Amino acid sequence: MSLLDEVRLVAGKDLRIEARSRVTLQQIVPFGLIVLVLFAFALDPDRGVLKRVAPGLFWITVLLAALLAVSRSYTIEADNGARDGLRLSGLDGPALFLGKAAAIAVQLLALEVVLAICVVVLYGIELNSLFPLVLATLAATVGVSATGTLYGVLAAGLRVRETLVPVLLLPVVAPVLLGATRAWEAAIDGVPSDAWPWVGLLGVFAVLFTAIGMLAFGSLLEEA
Amino acid sequence: MRLLKPRVAMAVGVLSLASLVTLVILGLFVAPPDAVQSDAQRLMYLHVPVAWVAYLAFGVTALASALWLWPRTRSMVWDRLAGSSAELGVIFTALTLVDGSLWGKPVWGVWWAWDARLVTTAVLFFLYLGYLALRRIPSSVDARAKRCAIAALVAFADVPIVHFSVDLWRTLHQDGSVFNEELDAHIHGVMAFTLWFGVLAFTLLYVYLLDRRYRLAALDEEREEREVALAIAERVAPQAPPVPTPAPPVEMGTPR
Repeated sequence: MSLLDEVRLVAGKDLRIEARSRVTLQQIVPFGLIVLVLFAFALDPDRGVLKRVAPGLFWITVLLAALLAVSRSYTIEADNGARDGLRLSGLDGPALFLGKAAAIAVQLLALEVVLAICVVVLYGIELNSLFPLVLATLAATVGVSATGTLYGVLAAGLRVRETLVPVLLLPVVAPVLLGATRAWEAAIDGVPSDAWPWVGLLGVFAVLFTAIGMLAFGSLLEEA
Repeated sequence: MRLLKPRVAMAVGVLSLASLVTLVILGLFVAPPDAVQSDAQRLMYLHVPVAWVAYLAFGVTALASALWLWPRTRSMVWDRLAGSSAELGVIFTALTLVDGSLWGKPVWGVWWAWDARLVTTAVLFFLYLGYLALRRIPSSVDARAKRCAIAALVAFADVPIVHFSVDLWRTLHQDGSVFNEELDAHIHGVMAFTLWFGVLAFTLLYVYLLDRRYRLAALDEEREEREVALAIAERVAPQAPPVPTPAPPVEMGTPR
């Protein structure tokens, strides 16, 4: 089996579990939506603040939902000795890492589409230059999924996993929040040239942490 | 189980204490007040060395973590060193933020500014706070060492990205930063000497504290090992009064 086949196998497993359990669809997506509505309660929509800070609110919501997605991704490995199954599967660390990260990324992308539509509708913003916006979103999602998968396996099997992952993950993805928010602002303002440096930064982040994750995953899984 | 020989450690401790006292005298009385900032500038003799030690400590943590991960140099020495240094790094980063803030109020007029360096330092603080949380989770020594070494390197890899992104952010939105980075570019004489002397004094303090913290970590591990050995010995040793042999169990289901 090639690396790609193995990645598809692992990602397919996680996505099949999601298709049957619908935890992302029925819990994480509604969570994201309620956070967006709560932001509107906190920052009165009439004052025009919401419109200006919409990209930031969108990405904070995505990060919070990503924490849940990472947690879910390792909850499904905790039962029935699934983690031992992964260890004994004979699949390489990099393939396992890419597979799990890809499954998280796919779910986050679906969530982002839903949230973006809601941001446009509820906060009344217009997305002027779509191309940099889409690229920034893709790169940011890959970056968040990669770091999330890495910290997820680092904390897998620890009793404090649920509380540990946020405190480790959020500072590391701070640049993603910054970059993605600025890129979205530029796209909303219709000045794509302002977005490109941020897209580049998000790309570097995604590549760097994907590489680290591929290197470290196998050895961390053994300790989990 | 020691980083420095006891005598060397003692000498470093005495030297750091002496140089800190000297620094107080130099910084408070000998160095002239700054032309613009007057006495508030004296905080720089504390702030710059403390910040330097914070960065140094994180650098040592990253290096020690890499050495632990490298199979040829793998040794618990590096794990203890990484943990001890990270702890000092977090403390000194917190001090940097606090005394920088104290200085910022009279000079900038605000406690905090969203300046590139400040934000990077704050993120650095949280990155390694998470690392310390990870270190405190009980698990087997080897598993913990591996997890922590990887986490330290991931955090370290993130620092340049954080710095670059924050830099890009502030330069995009804040033309010609008020808080330019020439704070220590044109200083001469006693003031420069005091600053460098402060760096030396705090580096000595760092080495001394690192040695103490390392020793503590080593003793902690030793105690745990001993407790385990003791518990095993208690289980294995024959109990003093021989336990009366229980009556043979009545077999169920067999006719008598």
